[in-house]
Amino acid sequence: MTAAQTSAHPLVAASGLTKRFAAPRSLSDMFSGHQPHVHAVDGIDLRIARGESVGLLGESGCGKTTTGRLLLKLTEPSAGSIAFDGVAIDTLKGNALTAFRKRAQLVFQNPFDALNPRFTIERVLAEPLVNTGVERASHSDKVEKALAQVRLPPLSRFEGLFPHQLSGGQLQRIVLARALVLEPDFIVADEPVSMLDVSVRAGVLNVMREVRATLGLAALYISHDLALVRYVCSTTLVMYLGKIVEQGPTADLLKTPLHPYTRALVNAVPVPRVDQSHEPLPIIGNVSDARGQPRGCRFRERCPMAVARCAEEEPPLRDCGQGRRVACHLA
Amino acid sequence: MSNQPVLDVRDLSVEYRTARGVVRAVDGISFSVPKGAILGLVGESGCGKTTVARSITGVLHQSARIAGGELLLHGRDLVSGPPKAWLDARWREISFVPQSAMNSLDPVYRIGNQIEEVLIHRGGKTRAAARARASTLFEMVGLNPGRLDEYPHQFSGGMRQRVAIALALALNPSLVIADEPVTALDVIVQRQILDVIRDLQRRLSLSMILVTHDISVVAYLCDQVVVMYAGRVVESGGTRDVLERPRHPYTMGLTNAFPDLESAAHDLVPIDGSPPDLSQSLAGCRFQPRCPFALPVCSSDDPQTKTAGSGTRFACHRHADSDMLRRQSRDIATWQRPQ
Repeated sequence: MTAAQTSAHPLVAASGLTKRFAAPRSLSDMFSGHQPHVHAVDGIDLRIARGESVGLLGESGCGKTTTGRLLLKLTEPSAGSIAFDGVAIDTLKGNALTAFRKRAQLVFQNPFDALNPRFTIERVLAEPLVNTGVERASHSDKVEKALAQVRLPPLSRFEGLFPHQLSGGQLQRIVLARALVLEPDFIVADEPVSMLDVSVRAGVLNVMREVRATLGLAALYISHDLALVRYVCSTTLVMYLGKIVEQGPTADLLKTPLHPYTRALVNAVPVPRVDQSHEPLPIIGNVSDARGQPRGCRFRERCPMAVARCAEEEPPLRDCGQGRRVACHLA
Repeated sequence: MSNQPVLDVRDLSVEYRTARGVVRAVDGISFSVPKGAILGLVGESGCGKTTVARSITGVLHQSARIAGGELLLHGRDLVSGPPKAWLDARWREISFVPQSAMNSLDPVYRIGNQIEEVLIHRGGKTRAAARARASTLFEMVGLNPGRLDEYPHQFSGGMRQRVAIALALALNPSLVIADEPVTALDVIVQRQILDVIRDLQRRLSLSMILVTHDISVVAYLCDQVVVMYAGRVVESGGTRDVLERPRHPYTMGLTNAFPDLESAAHDLVPIDGSPPDLSQSLAGCRFQPRCPFALPVCSSDDPQTKTAGSGTRFACHRHADSDMLRRQSRDIATWQRPQ
């Protein structure tokens, strides 16, 4: 790849990305023939440059996992397009699809579930190489290299071992190594450390930071954990009910959040210090239903600052300088 | 009499019978819950914190038994006393908020009925009085009493957790034990539930044990903290003293490993290795294999529990060096060992 190509387009570019799921129909829907939908992801634009690590932050049900699956072509969008390295992925087939699968990998959330319990660690790590037809002679070198990247070398220490014989922290690093063994350009990590204990979580996060820096890997970290995103990601997107409500450089975004939802998220996180604010949260009630969203801003019913305009016009995601964008009429 | 703790745990040991032999999951731990205070019981998976919570409630798994020690509730021992006394204390004196309220509510009964059931059968209330009390409880935890007749699936995760708290408070118990009450929840809901707990604890001057792996939750809510590691208490004391001046290397490691939004620039420092296998016989300090400050004595002798000037109790052979170790523990290099 030439330098010109590199600068021409981001590695991952999605525009107008939308995923609708059919929602259960009520009795009146059945009579009228109406099919309600849940907009899990509703027209989002997203760009990830080579070597960039982007955090996708949000609560359960906001559409963050669906977004990750769309980017990896594990599910097809209802509308919108995704280009990977300049090529639209919706039409990929055959060898081109295999090539894409090698370059874009998923790191699973629960290391205890993500590995085949009947495979030895060696087989777990070589499996992707076998499946994508990488020549057998190079397997052990590649597995060894991936293990070194997650700081678990050499392979000989896992001789004959099965996943249940490893600790959670080791397993999560094996899951990461399995994704790295194909030397991908892009990984999606969905809640990569939420199943781990604090003392080992730090080790896995450090490995992730290192891998990004040394391999120049682009990554999307999907998480509800602000501290993780702060620690690993240079850019962060905040999602609420299928929309991106705020994005920007992580440190700035968490320090001076512009969107009232981001502000509530940041305030909600307790810190491990005794002196901390116990102020009531600037947010009302619970997450609204993703079905049948009314007009206007989706956050307005929970927003303590909402004005009449918020109920009428949906705020667009607009630029506010220094790489920051926010979708709020009042910010 | 007023200084008497609500609960005094003395030298409690709990064993599980497993395929690999007897595992002593809790090994001689002691702490007490002062009246009107929230005590945080903190540690990682498998350290025995949930077993302690379940022992106090008297609902241990059938493969487990209390192998020794006392549980003094208002000065009366539950372990050596008649089983009926313990049974009677459940709900009335000691109540429990489970981790996953999803699984603790019966999906086929209306929520109101489930609360009334406790009030009628355990509290001896009439149906009408139970109904009125259920409404009051709903209001206390911030739920609309108009929704008492709904089913659990109609409630969100946060609302179900509020129901679990309401249930625990139904009979005005003197001690509430909450096992990871906010772990499965999103950050905003988590914070709302923490605020409900904090507010109720203040208003009703509840005594609570909060079991958690999250030291920020301890910092947010708890007056006292007990840090457990591999079935033992390694450090206990006032929350501020323990978190700001940790004296046990494990507590130091735990505070280092914890990501912090406000000072996230610093590197997270993992504690290498993993907790010991409790089915093996263990000599010496249990944290020794992972401890960067271990001396030869640490692998042979059990450390004695010492009391610092502030009242914090901790079990470390290097108790005299704790200020120096704390300074060293902030340096990443201390915790990095050749692979």
